[in-house]
Amino acid sequence: MTEHALNNKSHVQNIIDDWSADKQAYSVPWGKLMMWLFLVSDTFIFSVFLVGYMSVRMAATEPWPYPSEVFALELFGQNVPLILIAIMTFILITSSGTMALAVRYSHYRDKKKIAMFMLITALFGASFVGMQAFEWTKLISEGVRPWENPFGAHQFGSVFFMVTGFHGLHVSIGVIYLLIVAFKVNKGDYDKKNNYDIVEITGLYWHFVDLVWVFIFAFFYLW
Amino acid sequence: MTYIPIADQANELHDPHTFISKYVWSQDHKVIAIQYGSVAIFVGLVALFLSALMRLQLGYPDTFSFIDPADYYQFVTMHGMIMVVYLLTALFLGGFGNYLIPLQIGARDMVFPYLNMLSFWFYLLSVIILMASFFVSGGPTGAGWTLYPPQAILRGTPGADMGIVLMLVSLAVFIVAFTMGGLNYVTTVLQARTHGMTMMRLPLSVWGIFVATILGLFAFPALFVSCIMMTFDKLIGTSFFMPAIVSLGENLNTAGGSPVLFQHLFWFFGHPEVYIVALPAFGLVSDVLSCHARKNIFGYRMMVWAIVIIGALSFIVWAHHMYVSGMNPYFGFFFAFTTLIIAVPTAIKVYNWVLTLWEGNIRLTVPMLFAIGFIFTFLHGGLTGIFLGNVTVDLPLSDTYFVVAHFHMVMGVSPVLVLYAALYHWFPKMSGKMFNVTLGKIHFWATFLGTYAIYLPMHYLGFLGVPRRYYAMGNTDFIPDSAQALNANITQAAIFVGVMQLVFIFNVIWSLKYGKKSDPNPWEATSLEWQTPDNPPVHGNWGEKLPVVYRWAYEYSVPGAKDDFIPQSIAPEDVVMEEGAGKYVDRSEEH
Repeated sequence: MTEHALNNKSHVQNIIDDWSADKQAYSVPWGKLMMWLFLVSDTFIFSVFLVGYMSVRMAATEPWPYPSEVFALELFGQNVPLILIAIMTFILITSSGTMALAVRYSHYRDKKKIAMFMLITALFGASFVGMQAFEWTKLISEGVRPWENPFGAHQFGSVFFMVTGFHGLHVSIGVIYLLIVAFKVNKGDYDKKNNYDIVEITGLYWHFVDLVWVFIFAFFYLW
Repeated sequence: MTYIPIADQANELHDPHTFISKYVWSQDHKVIAIQYGSVAIFVGLVALFLSALMRLQLGYPDTFSFIDPADYYQFVTMHGMIMVVYLLTALFLGGFGNYLIPLQIGARDMVFPYLNMLSFWFYLLSVIILMASFFVSGGPTGAGWTLYPPQAILRGTPGADMGIVLMLVSLAVFIVAFTMGGLNYVTTVLQARTHGMTMMRLPLSVWGIFVATILGLFAFPALFVSCIMMTFDKLIGTSFFMPAIVSLGENLNTAGGSPVLFQHLFWFFGHPEVYIVALPAFGLVSDVLSCHARKNIFGYRMMVWAIVIIGALSFIVWAHHMYVSGMNPYFGFFFAFTTLIIAVPTAIKVYNWVLTLWEGNIRLTVPMLFAIGFIFTFLHGGLTGIFLGNVTVDLPLSDTYFVVAHFHMVMGVSPVLVLYAALYHWFPKMSGKMFNVTLGKIHFWATFLGTYAIYLPMHYLGFLGVPRRYYAMGNTDFIPDSAQALNANITQAAIFVGVMQLVFIFNVIWSLKYGKKSDPNPWEATSLEWQTPDNPPVHGNWGEKLPVVYRWAYEYSVPGAKDDFIPQSIAPEDVVMEEGAGKYVDRSEEH
């Protein structure tokens, strides 16, 4: 990348040079390119989920529930709209920051700090999943089910549980992934080849999961 | 950078020691390719058998008491789904993709062999789940291969209990398998090419497989999501695709869902799927034609760009499958327009194949026969596609045998002919043995002429208005009695063609055992896979040193050169010229 910044070729010419290059089209490790490709494919999965959600919401015959009422939480005798989701979003975005720090320390091969920041990231992720479980429990206790919904259209419950569930699954897998990598970093497994790419690859996945959440947040809670 | 460059990959490969790690849980791309291919051909034979049963019912209604209407729909559904997904997709990408990508780009293996192995085992799992649906109560689903809800999951449709669930789960597992393989193929092509192998020197086989895999990675998510949604509709009673329905006299607890949404999602996958099958076929056939015509492929760059453009356009044509679905009729304008545009790069490819043959030194070998046969059937099926792409022509022809004939010509027969061309072409490399040529030629003529005997009359039936997917025609005024005679003839031809495929299976088994030992490069081809030090290539492919590539893969019949082919890995100074012909000049980059 840096050599591109230094040369005087146009952006298009650089792309052509990359693609017509001998051997490798991108000067990135194989695993990193593969993660990028996977994330693009996964983007299509989430996009189809969200497009399906919009289509189902427009097709629904009964009125759609009002998000700031459904997702409100009663705190100190007051109804505070979207408070839980605001906290969840804040936590997840913060976890992206701690992940970025872990990646930064992976460049310095500072094993202690990498493992620590990955652990913090995993904790943030786990607390996000925990709060999501709390929100699910609250909605279920109010009678919302995938097949019915006391506040209006059936499909509200269906898509809500499906899409947040699918995202929650991604976060949970990410937490496990982070813990495994953090553990191996701490053990020194990556010193053998002095190859810490895996930290950055894990980071890519984690940032992607956060980014997806921003879209889910916007489409489910603010629309 | 700390990553290991491709040239030093040898020490990264895990060398197998036991029989099981060599041939069963193998990480070698060639073994995985053959595993993929064998399973795909096996399920393909199951689907072929189902089609024979369908044809028996259609040709001789009221004769076979063991086929009732429910069975018939199950045969239709399973035949379609197996052929499109579990045979064609798996054999082209899992089979030929795995075998050819590392060999043709000069790599030792896929970039992540372990993931590649998992890909095959997930594929096998998906096939087992699919086959299991034959044995559950109610049998496999009979919803038609498009699985349209609401009928796919309502009582009254065969297999609406367990069959449909197993089908959806099997598809989801298949997509997981495909994703693991597909990520490998794309990364390998982009990152693991050998010295000198630029993207614009790749054989067209690799280009076709590469672009098709990208299509798969973007299109299968739509099928994945619709499978999840329909599984929920079926199992926990959500209403994604279910409107308010009165079924068998009772009100179902569904409301407000959108069946058309499923059709959009399905065809957003389904149309790219056509090209996921077609693009590898285009690539493989280009290589076979060029090699056996002893001529460079005409317009290499054009061929590459046509593959890329077809791939991109294939994402914006899906609703031409839905002209009669009840979607907004104005969509028809847009989708008819894009559909006809996609005919342009496709036609360029056909012209270029014909121009490759033009004045070539054609060797009518068995693979070449199949490749030329493909040009005929593909042209034929492609032209009827232009009819069906126009809304006004499509409306009366929708759901008739004209549609059946069209997609079997373009998406059934044509890719299968390429598969045979490729199997015969690469069989000597895969097995180290030569197949029996006479049996191969018998197989070709029976298959090629037989498919015309099957599908040409179907076009006519379609014009008569004979509807597809009917168990029996019954007494209808608009269908003349002669249609039944034609149906019987089609059935005879279909059974004949089906039986003749056993000649191929026999030929493979016989040749593996008794076949002559093959030359390492029996077709005198230029691409890298024919230059391996061992035949068939061993684990790691290239021995001590990776090959170095000096030119494209189509240097045939170069004026003045002693041989009529110059392999990609021969250095320019080592090319032997005829006396007085002067020095060899590499002009391949000018094409």
